[in-house]
Amino acid sequence: MRYQKVIFTLLAIITFLTVLPLLFIFGLLIYHSIPVLSLKFIFGYPKEGMTAGGIFPALVGTLYLALGTAFISLPLGIITAIYLNEYAPKGKISRLIRIAIVNLAGVPSVVYGLFGLAVFVMFFHFGVSLLAGIFTLSILVLPIVITAAEEGLRAVPMSFREASLALGATKWQTIWKIVLPNALPGIATGAILSISRAAGETAPILFTCAAFYLPRLPKSPFDEVMALPYHVYVISTQVPDAPLSIQYGATLVLLALVFSLNLIAIIWRMRIRRAKKW
Amino acid sequence: MKRNRIGEIIVERIIFIGGISGVVILFLIFLFLFKESFTFFIRYPLKEFFFGKNWYPTSVPPKFGLIPLLLGSLLVTVGAIAISLPLGVACAIYISEVAPGWAKEILKPVMELIAAIPSVVLGFIGLVILVPLIKQAFHLPTGLTALAGSITLAFMALPTITSISEDALSALPRDYKEASFALGATHWQTIRYVLLPAAKPGILAATMLGLGRAIGETMAVLMVTGNAAVIPHTFLQPVRTMTATIAMEMGEVVQGGLHYQALFAIGLILFLISFVVNFIAEWVISRQKR
Repeated sequence: MRYQKVIFTLLAIITFLTVLPLLFIFGLLIYHSIPVLSLKFIFGYPKEGMTAGGIFPALVGTLYLALGTAFISLPLGIITAIYLNEYAPKGKISRLIRIAIVNLAGVPSVVYGLFGLAVFVMFFHFGVSLLAGIFTLSILVLPIVITAAEEGLRAVPMSFREASLALGATKWQTIWKIVLPNALPGIATGAILSISRAAGETAPILFTCAAFYLPRLPKSPFDEVMALPYHVYVISTQVPDAPLSIQYGATLVLLALVFSLNLIAIIWRMRIRRAKKW
Repeated sequence: MKRNRIGEIIVERIIFIGGISGVVILFLIFLFLFKESFTFFIRYPLKEFFFGKNWYPTSVPPKFGLIPLLLGSLLVTVGAIAISLPLGVACAIYISEVAPGWAKEILKPVMELIAAIPSVVLGFIGLVILVPLIKQAFHLPTGLTALAGSITLAFMALPTITSISEDALSALPRDYKEASFALGATHWQTIRYVLLPAAKPGILAATMLGLGRAIGETMAVLMVTGNAAVIPHTFLQPVRTMTATIAMEMGEVVQGGLHYQALFAIGLILFLISFVVNFIAEWVISRQKR
């Protein structure tokens, strides 16, 4: 029994030591970015070859990319989830789709970048542009949206559908008026997670939309944009004399953005799971 | 009523088309990677690509030997799994078997947050913390090494391995545990000799998915491994992975040129690796479910 106690304590220590770096990372980022953190940093334009000034265009670029991605990936993801959960006969087709989605989730992000370059930048002649970046990221986050939307749909009890169908509603009317509204909270989780993922990705936008240094806001969807993750990469590796505090500051803003979105999604999901009315 | 029916059919068609979009996209990714790299495989000897020991894309004539990049990727990935597998399984055991309720409530979301850290952020942390540390500890000329890449990637693969192993452990039937307890085994003996062996397929799947995540990771590796395209011999020297090569060189190539196509060829290989890895993981999981 004592032997077991030792092992269990050891397991606890290991576990907490592995998650501890998370706090450490956050603390470190905050500590080192104190000198620059201010509204001026967030709403200012980068100056002097990115060795001074703020991150505003990169932040705005990332917001455009993330929202655009949600706008495209949500409808497609929800439709896929509806097909899988409501229409698809259990069998080969639905199995094939599931395997495809699992595989899509595993494709390396840089390969999505290559795909976006070949398809959206070149084949569709979007050029290196916000639009090409949005489409590339939309495909990347599709598995996340589908998984969350399916969980949302599955949580709606069968009896809801049966009651609606028994009252003479058609299948689509049932889905549109009964199933979707009840699945909405679950779907919202997927939306938030997809936005967060799109905001943090770098490799897929390297060749499809990211501008090295462009101290203005994009005017059309065919403009290149700065993006926060790429900006972090640039100032920490490509600009030799960028002050460390700016590097830490930009990283902190990115991490804070991604974390707050994820936290919202996590808390939101807990609340739905707890507050199931049926 | 009739109009209604036609509407239903139209909606059903649209949803079907949307529903198979995942399959179509996966196929398109393969198709476009193949289309862009296809002429490379004709213009450049296959043998020299797959077995060539030199990656000199800008020399005359250029050399596109995959070996140093492939070994770089494998070295960093194997190192990452060697670190994250034991840690991940330990975390999974703790979370699913040992942890009190409140710890579980905290640890699960925390794991999810770790998984959500953008790779460029981990790359940055690796660059400013880990790299100088490694340089000092081993008295190296540079800390940008395979080891730095492995540790950074281990942190990225950890949440995947933990959560899937944990799923595997908690999906086991209660009877296993009860039978073992009834025979007088302690909790730890039950974990060690009953639960872990039974969850082995799930842990294997977790390892495969962690491996897939690590081998496909780009930004973090690009920032901390030093990117020297030479055949690596130890963990303490700079290496270049396949993903980093694509990210670094795609910006400088002539679109449609041989070098451009070579990078797409690497992309195709990465795609196929991820496909195989996921397929094995999926196969293991679905077999276990049955």
